[in-house]
Amino acid sequence: MSNLIDVRNLTLTVPSTKGRVPVVQDLSFTIKQGEKLGLVGESGSGKSLTAFSLMRLIKDPVRIESGEIYINGVDVLKLSAEQFRKYRGSEIAMIYQDPMSALNPIMKIGDQIVESIQLHNKISKADARRFAIELLASVGIPEPEERINSYPFEMSGGMLQRVVIAIALSGEPKVLIADEATTALDVTTQERVLNLLNRLAEERNLSVLLITHDLGVAAQFSDRINVMYGGKLVEQGKIKDVFTNPFHPYTRALLDSRCDYTVDVNKPIRSIAGQPPRPDNRPPGCVFAPRCEHTISQCTSEAPTLRSVKERQVACIRVEELSVRN
Amino acid sequence: MTSQIINVDKLSREFKGSGGTVRALDAISLAVTEGTTLAVVGESGSGKTTAARLILGLDTPSKGSISVLGQEITSFGPSQMRPLRRDIQVVQQDPFSQLNRRHTVKRIIEGPMLAFKVGDKKSREERVIELLEAVGLEREHLKRKPHELSGGQCQRVAIARALALDPKILILDEAVSALDVSVRAQVLNLLKKLQRDRGLTYLFITHDLGVAHYMADEIVVMFRGRIVERGTRSEVFDTPGHHYTAGLLASVPVADFTDTKAAVSDVIVQATPNKADACAYRSRCPIGKNLDDCASKALTETMSSATHGWLCHFPIDR
Ligand SMILES: Nc1ncnc2c1ncn2[C@@H]1O[C@H](COP(=O)(O)OP(=O)(O)OP(=O)(O)O)[C@@H](O)[C@H]1O
Ligand SMILES: Nc1ncnc2c1ncn2[C@@H]1O[C@H](COP(=O)(O)OP(=O)(O)OP(=O)(O)O)[C@@H](O)[C@H]1O
Ligand code: SF4
Ligand SMILES: [Mg+2]
Ligand SMILES: [Mg+2]
Repeated sequence: MSNLIDVRNLTLTVPSTKGRVPVVQDLSFTIKQGEKLGLVGESGSGKSLTAFSLMRLIKDPVRIESGEIYINGVDVLKLSAEQFRKYRGSEIAMIYQDPMSALNPIMKIGDQIVESIQLHNKISKADARRFAIELLASVGIPEPEERINSYPFEMSGGMLQRVVIAIALSGEPKVLIADEATTALDVTTQERVLNLLNRLAEERNLSVLLITHDLGVAAQFSDRINVMYGGKLVEQGKIKDVFTNPFHPYTRALLDSRCDYTVDVNKPIRSIAGQPPRPDNRPPGCVFAPRCEHTISQCTSEAPTLRSVKERQVACIRVEELSVRN
Repeated sequence: MTSQIINVDKLSREFKGSGGTVRALDAISLAVTEGTTLAVVGESGSGKTTAARLILGLDTPSKGSISVLGQEITSFGPSQMRPLRRDIQVVQQDPFSQLNRRHTVKRIIEGPMLAFKVGDKKSREERVIELLEAVGLEREHLKRKPHELSGGQCQRVAIARALALDPKILILDEAVSALDVSVRAQVLNLLKKLQRDRGLTYLFITHDLGVAHYMADEIVVMFRGRIVERGTRSEVFDTPGHHYTAGLLASVPVADFTDTKAAVSDVIVQATPNKADACAYRSRCPIGKNLDDCASKALTETMSSATHGWLCHFPIDR
């Protein structure tokens, strides 16, 4: 399998009183064709900015400082806005947390899908309409021939999220980014939407980048997982390996602080003391050092780089010692 | 006074709108024992917030009765509710919007004491510091405004404010839903500690079953305005009787690879339930879908123990 997405040393910055400071730093990762990659991390860790970079939607005051983003072998950061337009929607598409923000409230959903199809494909209105019905059926909406005439307000949140997915698929992209796309949904609806994304990935050999702060969702969906902290990738590997035996102290702390019904109700939940770093106040050395249980003096002076450990990438200078101890 | 600090009897609330009448609550009954936590779970629109608002005296029921701390409040107006306000406080979902953005943390926490003219300047200041410490914030936070705090810190401020008048009951309506995992853990630990130290009673509303499991002594499961199952934590989680409860439990994604879940179809099951069905869950129910009783026979609650009950003709049997 080849790498459909290949992000190399991506760094994004924002202005602050201390000048421009990084919010995503030296980020590298790949997604293969048909692969489902999860991206987890606390609020502010840089997940959405990573997604916006792939879509080339980074706007002032955020700036791409350095790095390359290859989509299907082409460094899209080198393309002009005009050249990239061909990519957005037909190579890579994105769905967001709030489906209403992506839809026009006073336009029939069918017309919205048709419009999006015709943006990518020079086909007749009748053909586009047929394709729209096909898309609605493939995202699991019953009676698509009738539903195509509904307005957004006539549909539930779960249905609207499917419509948004149908629109994202209208350009037949190879990569789909889902940023907290199921967070606002009920557990039952969420499960169906995740299963839908799963089936689409399989049927269409679609690559999916699933961004979530819900570790259970990431576990259920992903093949591989990226864990971010303070703008940096701290661990990545196969989901099952990482979640059953996390190597990075942050990954372990994050998993320990979850509250699903497997945790012991008679004990306090193990939370992570302190706060994640603000972009203008990032510690020298390892970004996690001020909150880490295993900090030694070297951690605060030397910034760890990602290293390969047993089919995994981990950014912790003590990883060998700590992973053996597990 | 009984140990049942909240008692709700056959409470109904209907909203009349252009699209007809919405029965947000349909004759629910529940009781909360002093010093314990009752978790209320259920999907969006099941009536959780409606119930909370009625218990807080912010809304009037269409039918039924509510008593709080032994007082029948069903027909209380705002002035009659006012003395009770000290004893029953609420923390809401959004950490930012529930706090006045122009006020400092100190002013926010002091707010209820000023409103009720409690103590003098000095004693209020002492109380603010005490509350600040109880929720794990520092003195340096006192001068800050909400936008200078993280979501978790804002939620702690909201909890400190809710505790300012030393209430007996806290209603937490999705109070941790907007928080990150690690911050949520801190807030949940704090709530448990406060309950132990102060004997607080919690009505804990959440759609997160993991959180409900961790916090609750007892749980009620709501569906379309009715309580479809109730019981102690272990009764509801270990031996659910209602198919809706079982479905909910099966859909919760868990970051644990020990059990493999059965695959669920990704297609929308049924968008428009039949309003005439006796059981509102019927269109989604694997058992009742084709059964006449579920369509036509009125449901009454079946109790399998003093605490465990459900609203179902063909409960899960084991
Ligand atoms: N327009 C902006 N101006 C300044 N800082 C920004 C801007 N957008 C994002 N940031 C900062 O960049 C960092 C990463 O933000 P990002 O939105 O990627 O986080 P996230 O991981 O998606 O968080 P969440 O889980 O809350 O969505 C944060 O510290 C954020 O405050
Ligand atoms: N003021 C109102 N006017 C009309 N309908 C209302 C009003 N308040 C609530 N409803 C309706 O009553 C039902 C129950 O709403 P409620 O807010 O109690 O649900 P909930 O369980 O709190 O949901 P959520 O998890 O989304 O907060 C919904 O159908 C809602 O649309
Ligand atoms: S009453 Fe019937 S339809 Fe309702 S949950 Fe029970 S078996 Fe299912
Ligand atoms: Mg984000
Ligand atoms: Mg609510």
